[in-house]
Amino acid sequence: MADEPERAQPVKFRGGGFVSKPRRFVAPLVFAVLIAIWEWGARAGWISPLVLPAPSEAFEAFKDLVESGQLLRHLSASLQRLIVGFTAGTTLGLTVGTFIGLFSIARSGLAPLVAAIFPIPKIALLPLFIIWFGIGEGSKVATILFGSFFPTVIATYSGIDNVDRGLIRMGQSFNLTYRDIVRKIVLPAALPAILSGMRISASISIILLVAAEMIGAEYGIGAYVLLAGNLMATDQLIAGVAMLSILGLTVNWLINLAERRFLKWRA
Amino acid sequence: MDLKVQGLSHRYDDLEVLRGIDLTIRQGEIVSVIGPSGCGKSTLLRLIGGLERPTEGEVLQVGEPPADSLNPLTYVFQDFALLPWRTVKGNVSLVLESKGLAQAETDARIADVLARTRLTDFADAIPKQLSGGMKQRVAIARALSVNPAVLLMDEPLSALDSQTRELLMDDLIQLWAREPFTSCYVTHNLNEAVRLGHKVVVLSRRPGVIREIVTIDTPVPKRSISDPALAEIQQSLWEMMREEAMTADMELADG
Repeated sequence: MADEPERAQPVKFRGGGFVSKPRRFVAPLVFAVLIAIWEWGARAGWISPLVLPAPSEAFEAFKDLVESGQLLRHLSASLQRLIVGFTAGTTLGLTVGTFIGLFSIARSGLAPLVAAIFPIPKIALLPLFIIWFGIGEGSKVATILFGSFFPTVIATYSGIDNVDRGLIRMGQSFNLTYRDIVRKIVLPAALPAILSGMRISASISIILLVAAEMIGAEYGIGAYVLLAGNLMATDQLIAGVAMLSILGLTVNWLINLAERRFLKWRA
Repeated sequence: MDLKVQGLSHRYDDLEVLRGIDLTIRQGEIVSVIGPSGCGKSTLLRLIGGLERPTEGEVLQVGEPPADSLNPLTYVFQDFALLPWRTVKGNVSLVLESKGLAQAETDARIADVLARTRLTDFADAIPKQLSGGMKQRVAIARALSVNPAVLLMDEPLSALDSQTRELLMDDLIQLWAREPFTSCYVTHNLNEAVRLGHKVVVLSRRPGVIREIVTIDTPVPKRSISDPALAEIQQSLWEMMREEAMTADMELADG
């Protein structure tokens, strides 16, 4: 037996896979192919222009919008509401969330309130806001403010809850002041949670922006889309929806940028 | 400055953790505290440094801490407790900021401790770039920067692999030889306790009481891994603890 040559064969590889690798060119390709099929279908006539206009027509509608100067009007109205409402909501949310995170009294008093109001779709409150703040900008900004306030509060205080107690103990053991512990340890440690809360509150804000503008506004992307729908001008409708997509992507990109800038330290 | 622990007892609700601890930590002396897991070693350290309030008894500072000591009782933690968003330098400067030091003095202190812990080249690295041993050296540098009167070390080497631990132990011995510091060194590792401690305090399992205090006369810098006298002490300590370690191992966690 010992003299017999042993049969040798290489060990078969069976690892690998289950890892996603970036393939840069795939996404643009998918987009291009989809739009090409769409365009071709519309021109060939098997997509009715009334149901879904060709991308080129939507682009024409967009060009009209730019040339007539209406784009700037709609966009600036929307952005203004979004920026004012979101900034105010986030600032207030950060403040209240920090208080809830740090002080037991604030937590006992406010956390149940926040939990009760958070699940209300804020658009349901718009009629009330119109009564309170008028049909103009006030009610729209208030809706966005409310919509971004609650997710920020919750993200902030749960971020603070999850701060490593060891780091806080370290701060105390070196006699750092309460203020310094909050400023230099607690808040930076809660930042990842706060930023992911912002991601949520930003997309909620965009939804509320459009909804509020659809209910009552002269200008704004939501108003533009609604009007286009009422006139059956689907080319304008598609142009408006595409703008919303771009708006959402831009906001997302900004938050990614902030994460990359401020959370480099994360493993 | 000496530290004097008098009649210290501690309980969490119904759980008695420490009972009647009397202990003196003299200036320039390293006191190792060993005991089976769950015997209250870390609790003892937290009580000594004022991070927790004892149920009974007290901890006294005897004499004045050095005038330039910014934080007389300073901890080194097992998990390093570094701020991951700050650089090595930033982590040290954290504990010096808002202490009313001039910028030049702060910079000088940082440069000094980074040199002593051989971290000067890594001043601008952030914790995630560092190995475990380096992280703990940063934590030691941070502790030294405030000129502590007593260093309270809570299993500082337990999160490290055995080779890194050996290296860091050499570092600690060298630091002590250059500038003797006072320290209470809590560990479950007998070898560390025997290599670093002038006195080794053996705690029993819960409720922790002092079973024995073994004094080791060989000067700390002269102790080596292969010293038979040390091996003998280590052996006898192990025999003392063996039973209890076994019982502690069999215990169910409560709750």
